[in-house]
Amino acid sequence: MEAINALVLLGNYVIVPGIAYGSQLALAALGVSLIYGILRFSNFAHGDTMAFGAMVAVLLTSLAQSLGISIAPFPTAMLTLPFAIAGTVLLVIAFDFAVYRHFRSIRSSPVVFVIASTGVMFVMQGLIRFIVGPRDRDLGDGARFVVNAREFKAALGLEQGLSIKVSQSLTLGITIIAVLLLFWFLHRTRTGKAMRAFSDNEDLARLSGINPQTVVILAWTLSAALAATAGILYGLDKTFKPIIYFQLLLPTFAAAIVGGLGNPIGALAGGFVVAFSEICITYAFKRFLAYLLPENLEPTGLVQLLSTEYKFAISFFILVVVLLIRPTGIFAGRSS
Amino acid sequence: MVVRIDNLRKQFGEFVSVDDVSFEISSASITGLIGPNGAGKTTLFNTIAGFYPPTSGRVFLDDQEITALPPHRLFELGLLRTFQIAREFATMTVRENLMMVPGDQHGERIWNSWFSRARIAREEAVISTRADDVMDFLQLAHVADLPAGQLSGGQKKLLELGRTMMTDAKIVFLDEVGAGVNRTLLRRIGDAIIRLNREIGYTFCLIEHDMAFVERLCDPVICMAEGRILAQGSMQEVVNNDEVIQAYLGSRGGTTT
Repeated sequence: MEAINALVLLGNYVIVPGIAYGSQLALAALGVSLIYGILRFSNFAHGDTMAFGAMVAVLLTSLAQSLGISIAPFPTAMLTLPFAIAGTVLLVIAFDFAVYRHFRSIRSSPVVFVIASTGVMFVMQGLIRFIVGPRDRDLGDGARFVVNAREFKAALGLEQGLSIKVSQSLTLGITIIAVLLLFWFLHRTRTGKAMRAFSDNEDLARLSGINPQTVVILAWTLSAALAATAGILYGLDKTFKPIIYFQLLLPTFAAAIVGGLGNPIGALAGGFVVAFSEICITYAFKRFLAYLLPENLEPTGLVQLLSTEYKFAISFFILVVVLLIRPTGIFAGRSS
Repeated sequence: MVVRIDNLRKQFGEFVSVDDVSFEISSASITGLIGPNGAGKTTLFNTIAGFYPPTSGRVFLDDQEITALPPHRLFELGLLRTFQIAREFATMTVRENLMMVPGDQHGERIWNSWFSRARIAREEAVISTRADDVMDFLQLAHVADLPAGQLSGGQKKLLELGRTMMTDAKIVFLDEVGAGVNRTLLRRIGDAIIRLNREIGYTFCLIEHDMAFVERLCDPVICMAEGRILAQGSMQEVVNNDEVIQAYLGSRGGTTT
């Protein structure tokens, strides 16, 4: 009984949130990785691309609520997802035409693109604050829990309850669908193969009749769609606050680099590595150990490696360790 | 005449790499481009193939001006090239590398990959058959399913040649297709080029340093040095040209002839 309680406790505070957060990071890192693979630069505006997608969802959700449109028990934000994706794709392609296309035509080095993307990031931040302001917005409505902690306890007669939020199960479901679609596209369709070819060897791809402009637009489209989805899921799970997405940039890049930049499977794995590291290291294991250890060995402290304020340091730490030990990432990507 | 080059010039800053070059490539010929290192041969190829815009001058393909068109457009028009150092999509198999080539297929358009699966499957089958033929022709069938990155240098050269056979090209520019390839394989590459030329009527223009190879395959031969054309004509005419001999012996002062 003690062991089951310990397991449920761990599930409730580590495993379920870890899977949800890991999925969100994985989606975000996939977008970063795609742009790195095709356009060969680190897109610092990706965090705010996520914020933009989530913002469109916030606005449309308010609109839908005021019109009385609802898909309860699902959150209204899910209804707005396709529109948010479309809006984000349009914005990102507009930025490509306004900014990045110029640097491609003069064949600038990757560092120029990175700096340009930092500029785009600030413009996007300004745009978002201009439209919705910097405040928190609640994105979630509809039912809150799939599994409620109180009912779970009552049903199983345990001390510890397990709660699974609607947003968490939606996150997992949508991530699985998005990843399957992406992999099917990259490996099964000719256009997807053309993208992989372009990422592998750009000159050769152009000589094989692949139009670089098409590939670039497609890369932005996929990346923006993934960003908007990740942004909305994160906003549903936590809360929508523009600055939060900027702070997500570091764990996102850590995830993409840990897995190997430019490698989709790596980005996926990296997302979960970073998420679980963050949660495990900042989780206080006191109560978990109390269940498992004999009474006289029960810990008196919190058994928490780092307090939660330091969670961003964990991304940094993972990043530094990976770059020192295995700079190509777990699944050797293009950064080698 | 397939390709006509008019007064083509390419400068990098002050350095003139290709200096006022004009020549024609006639249909179903194998034109050899020779000359010492640094003569501007590869730059000439890159300029024709759309990798750099020329400083001045024009290029025509079948009387259509193609100056400075991007490589993927030239591909659609039937102008192909290979690289001096063989390139390949390293993570894809040899078969996938070949099947990557044919442009203008319905699957290229994303909506078609959703809506007309049957048609794409048929087209894929046609391309796949062609890839099999190409691999048989070049004796690459036994490595069809290996990642192209694992091929030997010579096999990668064959794959480069194979890529040009996947589509109906009007002209193929081969940049040192024999460099770093052993004698036996070089002979096989030469055989393949001759067969493609005689049997299918392919037009080639190739850069090569191996004179025996050039002599066996090419007519006419063009010799370049320091960005300019020194001589053109049959192999005999070119190698007996005084300027050519001087350029190869590296003496411009005239102490040796």
